Amino acid sequence: MEYIIEAAGLVKKYNGKTAVDAINFTVRQQECFGLLGPNGAGKTSTVKMIHCFFLPTAGRLSVLGMDVRTHSRAIKRQLGVVPQENNLDPDLGVLENLLVYAGFFGITRSSALNRAGELLEFFDLSGYERERVETLSGGMKRRLTIARALINSPNILILDEPTTGLDPQARHLVWQRLRHLKEQGVTILLTTHYMDEAAQWCDRLVIMDEGRILEEGKPQELVLKHVGKEVLEIGLGNEPAGVVLDHVSGMICGHLIIGDTLYLYSAGGQAVLQALQHFPGRFTHRLLRYATLEDVFLKLTGRGLTADGKTVAGYFPPGLEGAPASPGCLSKDLESKHVP
Amino acid sequence: MSLNFIEPLLYLSALGLGLGAYVQPIEGMPYLGYLAPGLIASSAMFATSYECTYGTFIRMDFQKTFHAIIATPASIDDVIMGEVLFGTFKSLLYGSTILLVVFGLKLVSSPWVLLIPVVLALSGLFFAVLAMTWTGLVPNINSFNYFFSLIITPLFLFSGVFFPLTGMPALMQQVAWFSPLYHVVKLTRGLAAGDAVWLLAGDFIWLLAATVILLPAPLFLLRRLTIK
Ligand SMILES: Nc1ncnc2c1ncn2[C@@H]1O[C@H](COP(=O)(O)OP(=O)(O)OP(=O)(O)O)[C@@H](O)[C@H]1O
Ligand SMILES: [Mg+2]
Repeated sequence: MEYIIEAAGLVKKYNGKTAVDAINFTVRQQECFGLLGPNGAGKTSTVKMIHCFFLPTAGRLSVLGMDVRTHSRAIKRQLGVVPQENNLDPDLGVLENLLVYAGFFGITRSSALNRAGELLEFFDLSGYERERVETLSGGMKRRLTIARALINSPNILILDEPTTGLDPQARHLVWQRLRHLKEQGVTILLTTHYMDEAAQWCDRLVIMDEGRILEEGKPQELVLKHVGKEVLEIGLGNEPAGVVLDHVSGMICGHLIIGDTLYLYSAGGQAVLQALQHFPGRFTHRLLRYATLEDVFLKLTGRGLTADGKTVAGYFPPGLEGAPASPGCLSKDLESKHVP
Repeated sequence: MSLNFIEPLLYLSALGLGLGAYVQPIEGMPYLGYLAPGLIASSAMFATSYECTYGTFIRMDFQKTFHAIIATPASIDDVIMGEVLFGTFKSLLYGSTILLVVFGLKLVSSPWVLLIPVVLALSGLFFAVLAMTWTGLVPNINSFNYFFSLIITPLFLFSGVFFPLTGMPALMQQVAWFSPLYHVVKLTRGLAAGDAVWLLAGDFIWLLAATVILLPAPLFLLRRLTIK
């Protein structure tokens, strides 16, 4: 079994409305695979087909070499699921939540007790065994939900926005734990809106929008391909974007406008910054920084992000949109060491 | 929930003692002895009906417990059947408790009452399926009032719990045959009286058949509700 999850032409429709539109992707053993995309992109719908919550409307989907249509029970035995919405049982205490859940996997009471103790320790929840779930904070509930997903020592861990609502410490704790699990051979499928998290932890990821996969690849490769090395952020104030773009034409390999901020993509941001020293107008701010996965995300899915409903202008030199970036962004002189 | 225990006992004391003082023995039984088996049946019905409307709906919709469980090897059908069995258990629990009280008060004495829990299990199964069918059809917490005022209360009043239907217009007596509670009350009362119990086979079969016929409905409806 080369791929631990394999989707081909996967479709999900809700009453005829398409949420997942014939997507293809594969996940390898021990990989951390990310599903990114704006709200409503179809991430949760995809994830729910993988953990056999509902059947695909069309297409092929196999998990651990088994067809989700025929082997849901056997598949679910080996999965751990952290749903987007917590669904801990408020009628039960913290420990009881884990024990009852273990029961559904046929785990004996005594081994469930051991495992639950370990997991509570692992997620920094020991001491709360007897607490009612209601009395936990949001972040603690999230950690308990992740702990619950691990009660059956799953081969694949499915995490739908696992770190939403966690404080920075808790996020780091969770990621340390997840890395530990990955080292032990667990495959992780993750959705998240934190781009830094995705860039740091995902071996590969896909960016989805409106039910389709827009891009797939390793985070760093995607950044280089779509944005390049550096991004210069310009607070336009009253300056028209077109004039600024004319001023730096030939020096950039793409740009994006969101609200009144202009993002200039380039291989050498310092030069662009210098060129703009002589620009006659005034900007509210300028910031030169490394390109990140967030830039890729905004570029690919940026439509409709402005608060005032204005469409985001995403103009790229001909041939750049959707295709590999112009050579300027990938040239070797990228090693700019100083980023102001 | 413990209110469900108290209510039938309130009925028993208020009507059994109060009204019973003015009522002649019915079908050869003093009124308290006549009323008690009826209340065993009806309190079991209420307990199950609450559990499988409000209880089921809260677990399904507010607490998302169904969603949590079906991420394990359990399937949605397993969860729905679990709810049905829980409703059945409530019938057994509440009905048997009232039975014990009634037995302690020496209102019933026939050895056949040992079979009443069997009746409570079957009637619990039926009312669980009925209530969950409603929950699946009108999945809305406000709709459950209608379930009780349109279905459960009329059954409670017109199934021979408080009085024999022989005094009612002929049409009412015929309609009563369609009431599941009517058959449950006939069973509990027949077992409590303890004579000619084989005549009760028809009522048992009625309930069994109705349960089997209706069972696919909640499975279909709640499956569709949970898994969109
Ligand atoms: N139960 C449902 N019934 C009908 N439509 C649904 C249902 N769940 C999701 N959808 C629709 O399917 C589309 C994809 O939703 P999905 O929850 O998969 O998005 P998502 O990528 O997980 O978004 P988010 O980042 O907000 O969690 C959306 O248009 C949504 O409105
Ligand atoms: Mg989602």
